[in-house]
Amino acid sequence: MKPGFITQLRTLLTADSLLTAPEDTRPFESDGLSAYRRTPDVVALPENEAQVAAVLRLCHAHKIPVVARGAGTGLSAGALPVDGAVLLVLSRLNRIVNLDPLVRTATVQCGVRNLAISEAAAVHGLYYAPDPSSQIACSIGGNVAENSGGVHCLKYGLTVHNILKLRAWTVDGQSLEIGSDTLDSAGYDLLALMTGSEGMLAVITEVTVKLLPRPERAQVVLAAFDDVAKAGAAVGNIIAAGVIPAGLEMMDRLAIRAAEDFVHAGYPLDCEALLLCEVDGVNEEVSDDIRIVRDVLVSSGATEIRTAESEEQRLKFWAGRKAAFPAVGRLAPDYYCMDGTIPRGQLPHVLKRIAEMSAEYGLAVANVFHAGDGNLHPLILFDANQPGELHKAEEFGGKILELCVEVGGTITGEHGVGLEKIKQMCAQFATPELARFHDVKAVFDPGKLLNPGKAVPELYRCAEWGAMHVRGGRLPHPELPRF
Amino acid sequence: MHTELIDRIRAAHAAATQLVIQGGGSKLFYGNVAQGEILDTRSLNGVVDYQPKELVLTARAGTPLADVEALLAERNQMLAFEPPHFGCPRPNPPPQAGEGANAELKPVYATLGGCVATGLSGPRRPYTGSVRDYVLGVRMIDGTGETLSFGGQVMKNVAGYDVSRLMVGALGTLGLITEVSLKVLPKPAAELSLQFEMAEASAITTMNRWAGQPLPLSATSWHAELLTVRLSGAASAVAAARAKLGGAELHDAAAFWQRLREQTTPFFDKRPLWRLAVKSATGPLQLGDAQWIEWGGAVRWLASDLPAAALREGAHGCGGHATLFRGSAPPPQPSPRTGEGTNVMPTAINDGVFAPLAPALMTLHKNLKMRFDPKGIFNRGRLYPDF
Repeated sequence: MKPGFITQLRTLLTADSLLTAPEDTRPFESDGLSAYRRTPDVVALPENEAQVAAVLRLCHAHKIPVVARGAGTGLSAGALPVDGAVLLVLSRLNRIVNLDPLVRTATVQCGVRNLAISEAAAVHGLYYAPDPSSQIACSIGGNVAENSGGVHCLKYGLTVHNILKLRAWTVDGQSLEIGSDTLDSAGYDLLALMTGSEGMLAVITEVTVKLLPRPERAQVVLAAFDDVAKAGAAVGNIIAAGVIPAGLEMMDRLAIRAAEDFVHAGYPLDCEALLLCEVDGVNEEVSDDIRIVRDVLVSSGATEIRTAESEEQRLKFWAGRKAAFPAVGRLAPDYYCMDGTIPRGQLPHVLKRIAEMSAEYGLAVANVFHAGDGNLHPLILFDANQPGELHKAEEFGGKILELCVEVGGTITGEHGVGLEKIKQMCAQFATPELARFHDVKAVFDPGKLLNPGKAVPELYRCAEWGAMHVRGGRLPHPELPRF
Repeated sequence: MHTELIDRIRAAHAAATQLVIQGGGSKLFYGNVAQGEILDTRSLNGVVDYQPKELVLTARAGTPLADVEALLAERNQMLAFEPPHFGCPRPNPPPQAGEGANAELKPVYATLGGCVATGLSGPRRPYTGSVRDYVLGVRMIDGTGETLSFGGQVMKNVAGYDVSRLMVGALGTLGLITEVSLKVLPKPAAELSLQFEMAEASAITTMNRWAGQPLPLSATSWHAELLTVRLSGAASAVAAARAKLGGAELHDAAAFWQRLREQTTPFFDKRPLWRLAVKSATGPLQLGDAQWIEWGGAVRWLASDLPAAALREGAHGCGGHATLFRGSAPPPQPSPRTGEGTNVMPTAINDGVFAPLAPALMTLHKNLKMRFDPKGIFNRGRLYPDF
């Protein structure tokens, strides 16, 4: 990076808003997926939108790439610094601009934390529904960039279902107002296109989110099964009975044991799978739904059913599930969290294949499953200090994602592609779709300056990696030479 | 049939001729006038897959919307966005021998593809979401004749850009949708509607206030000093809310909401009919004509001869936008399906149906169109005159 560029950049920001010394920039070397690290060359921490725009304009003029980053809690190396790029850290844009309790919206800057929105809305009996597990730390701009979910997606949707409007900045520093203050807007649905675009299309600085009334009551039922397939079938049966649970989570034997050892939630241990089913809503409705859910669980062969009778007990039931990741983390020096989504009916088959691969690779796997929406998080246990284990874990993880695609699912339900899953994109999509993704990118960022190398693989890379997507017997990438 | 469509699209691409995508012809009135040869989607018929336990249905674009809804109803499920059909519920039975040329003049009906391409949702929308919220994946053919598949059949999917949702409401300008996967929901166990005599201003406030409380609201309407709300959910929840809210129970409620959804009350016969989408708590709009309010205050319907610019400016000032939903000209009739005829649509709408876009957004729109349909063969002008 030319010194002249840094000098100019310095004029746009206050003194403490530009970091160039490695000891200052190193804290930004990775996002939540710390297996991928790179010390950024330059970190810019703008304090307002005008500075964001100015930095973008300067970078554009000098053809310097820009990687936007929020709180850095992402799990796919989407905010990993890129060689020769400015890391644009947006955490200082952290103001709640407006909260309208009557219209039930909040307009917030991109650096506002997810949970802070619900905290600010609580006084009005309102909250912001998407609740990724990192909600205490993650910021709304990153939530939009990744289309974050959480445990309540089946009933309340993802980020894309819960936002109305964005202010975003194009790669050359022009502002875009996308969406509106009402329920739709004229023209193409750019709001949907921007959501989950992983910082590849524009830089988001302000988001208007929808707020929902807090449910009057929430209650959770815990059910144990002696067979994972039975637990999987129970999930379908609950939904077929007409209940849309607010949360529906499953854990397998290893995850249950780890969670119980860690937080002592009182989980039954002599079972193969545990289901947590939470229903919420109006008081009377919750009572009705709990009855239905219990009946379905009994007829689906649950070996034990407990209903939380108090808020304290509800939180205890959840404590184990919420601590599942750190609990599993105690079982091995490292774990690698996958994020595939599958049609729920495929669960027994997928878990069986994962168990087989686990034996093959000699790496244990604990499975945590957002069962309601089919989002599977296998946690592969390994030790990075053992030579070759990280590589083995990554390869195993890649195989799991390819299995998800094979059964009609997807390589990422909520964590995003980032750098981590870029190879598996070649398995999920064929050349024409990947080419259209590049077309979309080119509409917004023809010079490929925003978050380069992430989210969508270059076509030639797919051929090099040998990750092939064969659909209907059609050989993918026929135009490319093979080695 | 699929290959026939691809061949026609490739030929149109090669010759840079224009195509007008048409299914059951129920929403020809919506949007600007597009000129070109008819590309008939009705051959893309049939439900491909329906998994009630997965809450997912996949069907071809030309499938009658009524068939989709009937299939879902068998399993006590529904399309939660309550899409308007704006046509007969079903196509006529196939023409009998000897019916001759008249057999072509079928009544219009809604198809799934048209529902997604227009992106129109019904009364339940503010409480359960819109068409685009329920789209999980699409298969399509772009303007070069390439078949593409985006999204899938699962609820959560963040791999790649969300091109499936980009197709919703694009009015066919980015490609021909051939197949759609949707999330579906169980039908509520109980439903009832309440009416309250109420002035406009307090009705707007009331709709917004109630939406901020844990009430099982599923539709709201205000017209002629009458606020109507629908409650849906478990029987006990509906009963509890009814007791809490008071009001008078509406006895032909299903018919009331059906008339609003399909715009079959005389109010909607007036022309030009404008749809003003505004921030939901916006007070009464002083526009001199009777209005029908729905979507919790977020949509105001009115027949008005005020200049388009004035209505557009007004709606924009209230955080939204104005659409000339039904223009003054009689709606275009579906054309004979010879496949070679030219669509005859009146050209009375000349001010643009949709609110103009900011220049930066318009540039993005044009460039997206260019990428998906480089020769501009699909529904040219239907969304914006320039493309």
